[in-house]
Amino acid sequence: MRFKDVFSIIGPAMTGPSSSHTAGAVRLARVARHWLGAQPDRARMTLYGSFADTYKGHGTDLALIAGLLNYDTDDHRIPDAEQWAEQAGMTVEFAVNGLPAPHPNTVRFELWKGEDQRTLLGSSIGGGSIHVQQLNEFRVNLTGELPTLVLLHSDKPGTLGAITSALGAAHINIAYMHVDRKGRDGEALTAIETDSSAPAELIAELRSLPHMYEIKMINLKKGAESDAV
Amino acid sequence: MRFSHLHEISALCAEESTTIGRLMIQEQVQETNTTEEEIFRQMSDYYEVMKEAVHRGQTQDTVSRSGLTGGDGKRLAEYLRAGETCSGDASALAMAYALSVSEVNASMGRIVATPTAGSCGVIPGVFISAQERFGWDDEHMVHGLFAAGAIGYVIANNSFISGAEGGCQAEIGSAIGMAAGAMVELRGGTPEQAVHAVGLALKNTLGLICDPVAGLVEIPCIVRNGLGAVTALAAADMALAGVRSAIPSDEVIDVMLEVGSAMPSKHRETAKGGLAQTPTGKRLTESLTRNTSIKKNKS
Repeated sequence: MRFKDVFSIIGPAMTGPSSSHTAGAVRLARVARHWLGAQPDRARMTLYGSFADTYKGHGTDLALIAGLLNYDTDDHRIPDAEQWAEQAGMTVEFAVNGLPAPHPNTVRFELWKGEDQRTLLGSSIGGGSIHVQQLNEFRVNLTGELPTLVLLHSDKPGTLGAITSALGAAHINIAYMHVDRKGRDGEALTAIETDSSAPAELIAELRSLPHMYEIKMINLKKGAESDAV
Repeated sequence: MRFSHLHEISALCAEESTTIGRLMIQEQVQETNTTEEEIFRQMSDYYEVMKEAVHRGQTQDTVSRSGLTGGDGKRLAEYLRAGETCSGDASALAMAYALSVSEVNASMGRIVATPTAGSCGVIPGVFISAQERFGWDDEHMVHGLFAAGAIGYVIANNSFISGAEGGCQAEIGSAIGMAAGAMVELRGGTPEQAVHAVGLALKNTLGLICDPVAGLVEIPCIVRNGLGAVTALAAADMALAGVRSAIPSDEVIDVMLEVGSAMPSKHRETAKGGLAQTPTGKRLTESLTRNTSIKKNKS
């Protein structure tokens, strides 16, 4: 079943005018912010396909800025997101790209916070639903529907086992898991979608595992703020 | 969920002597492992957002961001108050409210996607005008939203709900089918009658293309929401009177899938065909592009 429950049909509550171009854009940008783990100082968003063609009229640009500010899909500040970003000291720029993209409504984020730079590639696939395809050029397959742990580590034997054991011991059920690496023995990324949020102690435990570089938590639940992780 | 087709919904309701709305709540509890109270509260919050949108569209100026549309919901309500509607007061009020919600959507106001933002006016238009007319309480209306959700769930999973995928028959059509079935249930009709209402309504939207001018959710989307609300009321009346959908409603949903899949991409929200490519459609698109580039040069 593509649509899982009643609230994927009735809902979300959102700021108009388009669930694909507005609500989906907010959610993609929120995932990007959580992936950075903080509000970016600077953001550059490249739009593809229908996003590139009609983003002005649909307020897709405002929706993307709003998501970077961690606003939810129905936040009344979305139409004035440009001003709020300025007030928050966040510089944003938009570019359009005519190249073919994985989906007609696709956006690529480049985010900067101090020295830290991140990228995300994702699409808005209809009714406010999203599909995140890349985090820092690592392939993933995320919907943002479930709390998601993103772990950057080195590609060493036993690392995945240690991660899943720690989750199991904390009674956190893994719904979906995606692993990609830059090369053998190189940097690897594991994204784990879970049925419930990981508590702080579990994240601390995961962080102390050998070969672990960093952990980010993506959680699009209303009002959720993952910057502290 | 224990159902994936409409005939399964009416069979389950008959076996368990329940309504579509109550069945949907029960299934949602099971599926998401949350409490009935929590689920009911979520849907009640959505109904509040719908009522606020109607109110905003009826009392405030809702000019869209493009400047192409706005004010028709109020215009229609004024015309209704002046008397002498052609389609009857119930239809005119449902239309006025549906236009208002769609206009709030186009002005970047707050709405609920039912099932999408492009079709967000139909259900509030039908529900809120009917609530005023029949004096139902909010709890009754929220049950109706669950019934609408169950119908939409079947349509979405067996066909489509977005114009980009299946044309406007999928987007506005789904909303009309959902509103028609739910209205039957709100009026005390049987689940079987509600299911017939869905088929009767969908038959009248089959083949409807998605052709938004300049790609924006405004022309013809807003007007189609208003007309859609009236179709939903009419289909509900037919079903309550005992009219049956001679082609079973599940088969009508399958036809929507067949027709939508066969639609060329120019008629699926790309703005490359239909009303978007009429001389006026093109002129409006060009004038918007020109304004945007003027703004760009200034900044």
